[in-house]
Amino acid sequence: MHDLAQQIVSGLATGSIFASMALALVLIHRSMGVINFAQGEMAMFTTYLAWQFSQQGMPLWLAFPLTIAIAFAGAVALERIVVRPVERAAPLTIVILTLGLLIAFNGLAGWIWGYVIKAFPSPFPTTPLHFGSVAFSSQDLGIIAVSLASLGAISVFFKKTKVGLAMRAAALYPESSRTLGVRVGWMLALGWGMAAAVGALSGLMIAPVVLLDPNMMQGILVYAFAAAVLGGIESPLGAVVGGLMLGVGLNLIGAYVPFIGTDLQLTMAFAIIVVILLFRPAGLFGRRRLLRV
Amino acid sequence: MRDERVRRYGSVALVALLIAVLPHFIPSYGAFELTYVGAYAIGILGLIVLTGASGQISLGHGAFFAIGGYTVALLGQKLGVPYWISLPLAALASGVVGLGLGLVALRLEGIYLALATFALAVATPSTLKHFKALTGGSQGVVLSPLAVPGPLHGLITPEQWLYYVTWTLAGVFFFATSLALHSRLGRALHALRDNEIAAVSFGVNPHRYKTIAFGWSAAYAGVAGAIVAIATAYASPDAYGIALSLALVTGAVLGGLDTLWGALIGGVIVEFLPLWAQNINPAAPSVIYGIALILFTIFLPGGIGRALQSALNSLRLRGGNQHARS
Repeated sequence: MHDLAQQIVSGLATGSIFASMALALVLIHRSMGVINFAQGEMAMFTTYLAWQFSQQGMPLWLAFPLTIAIAFAGAVALERIVVRPVERAAPLTIVILTLGLLIAFNGLAGWIWGYVIKAFPSPFPTTPLHFGSVAFSSQDLGIIAVSLASLGAISVFFKKTKVGLAMRAAALYPESSRTLGVRVGWMLALGWGMAAAVGALSGLMIAPVVLLDPNMMQGILVYAFAAAVLGGIESPLGAVVGGLMLGVGLNLIGAYVPFIGTDLQLTMAFAIIVVILLFRPAGLFGRRRLLRV
Repeated sequence: MRDERVRRYGSVALVALLIAVLPHFIPSYGAFELTYVGAYAIGILGLIVLTGASGQISLGHGAFFAIGGYTVALLGQKLGVPYWISLPLAALASGVVGLGLGLVALRLEGIYLALATFALAVATPSTLKHFKALTGGSQGVVLSPLAVPGPLHGLITPEQWLYYVTWTLAGVFFFATSLALHSRLGRALHALRDNEIAAVSFGVNPHRYKTIAFGWSAAYAGVAGAIVAIATAYASPDAYGIALSLALVTGAVLGGLDTLWGALIGGVIVEFLPLWAQNINPAAPSVIYGIALILFTIFLPGGIGRALQSALNSLRLRGGNQHARS
């Protein structure tokens, strides 16, 4: 029983990382109708920046916010400079462009920091927390708390602030928003910035667990795809719930179904993506889209 | 019109001749490298059929390379099947799996197909590693080297033999693809790509044609993967990861998705660009691939193939005008 509780909590921890990445994907998908395949590599790259800062003696409480700010500003610049020229192109073109970003960021990190795996400092204490007779890893609980807090903050931002409202309007009705004075182009850039900030945060949280290396986010990106598809790629809430479900599900299967174990987790994610897209393309929480001819 | 045809066949014949005599003027290792170029060109030809002609994207063609590579490797190692039998079987196996994925792809449009095939590409190595009893796990499978057949023994090296086999296959595939894309099949695919609703109302069956395109493309990738495995004499899970799939897509986009020459250019890029860039830094190939992909998408979406074609056309036009004036 204790074992099961621990497995669920650590599943929720990885699940909340998937949830954050999935939310980052959903943010961009809602505003542009595309998937940013570079989302994971951007997070990986900024996590290396944080590592660099901490190597140079910067305390983590300063290095982390600085990294997130850089991620935000960098992604806004990237959208304005690189993505903007193809904004109106076919989705496939934008997908290929983001693949270019993926490959380039992966290479850049390898070039600057090499391919040797690095340990990453954890912001959380190493002593476990006890609830009754069950001990939980502080790191897991910390990851869950930070992720859920940031997801909550984003939801408040979209629901309660004027900029959040403008961003939602720009995503849904770009033409009418433009007539009402919303700068749609900048709203897209802001979306990229926020997605990168959320991604950066999840990179920082997961790096102490998976260790720092240029390919660390590739698997996580696939799980985030699966989470987003599971929850419905149009729905931010769905992405979060999908991420948590996937995290717990994979962790329990890894622990209790020896045939699948950990090797086949990526295969499972692929299978989930295919099955959900085939049988329930709108996901568990999304609305079905109707196509008018 | 006849001039145009003469020119086209002329340039094809010229390239074919060049490929045929090349091994006699370069060292054996050069022929070895050019075998890879041929294999990648066949794989990218598959992407041109799929993405260029039928408008479906696959970021997971590395998985079909894996099916082709492991088919020849395992048939050879476990059952002693010779390559001339196992190579067509590799195409068949990969093509059948491709048809299956094509059926799935029918219901996933655009970015969703990209997403699913990306996941397939990332999941391929760990899946191969999991089924140790069959695939040898992360150890991979060693292949026996290709032997020069009796009559040619002593005349050419094994590298040259594999080179000729590869490029003969490549020639056949290029010719067949060109024929097919100019037939009813190609027209149906183009119509579906450009306007599916209009194509359907003209009686084109989207399910049949799009699935065929997927299987066809996968079969090419299977052959390419088999050749690469034979040339390397080794099939290992980590060779078939996302990096391979992305390299193929990059080669296809840089070479040009709307002309068959793009596959040839793409094959050269995928083989030689990393070899050359690795001298700068182990990570340089990725950086160059990535930046080139971004720049091409923005500034040269037709790739090198189309750019060369339009450059040649404008040269020809200018020449033609001068001719007319004199």
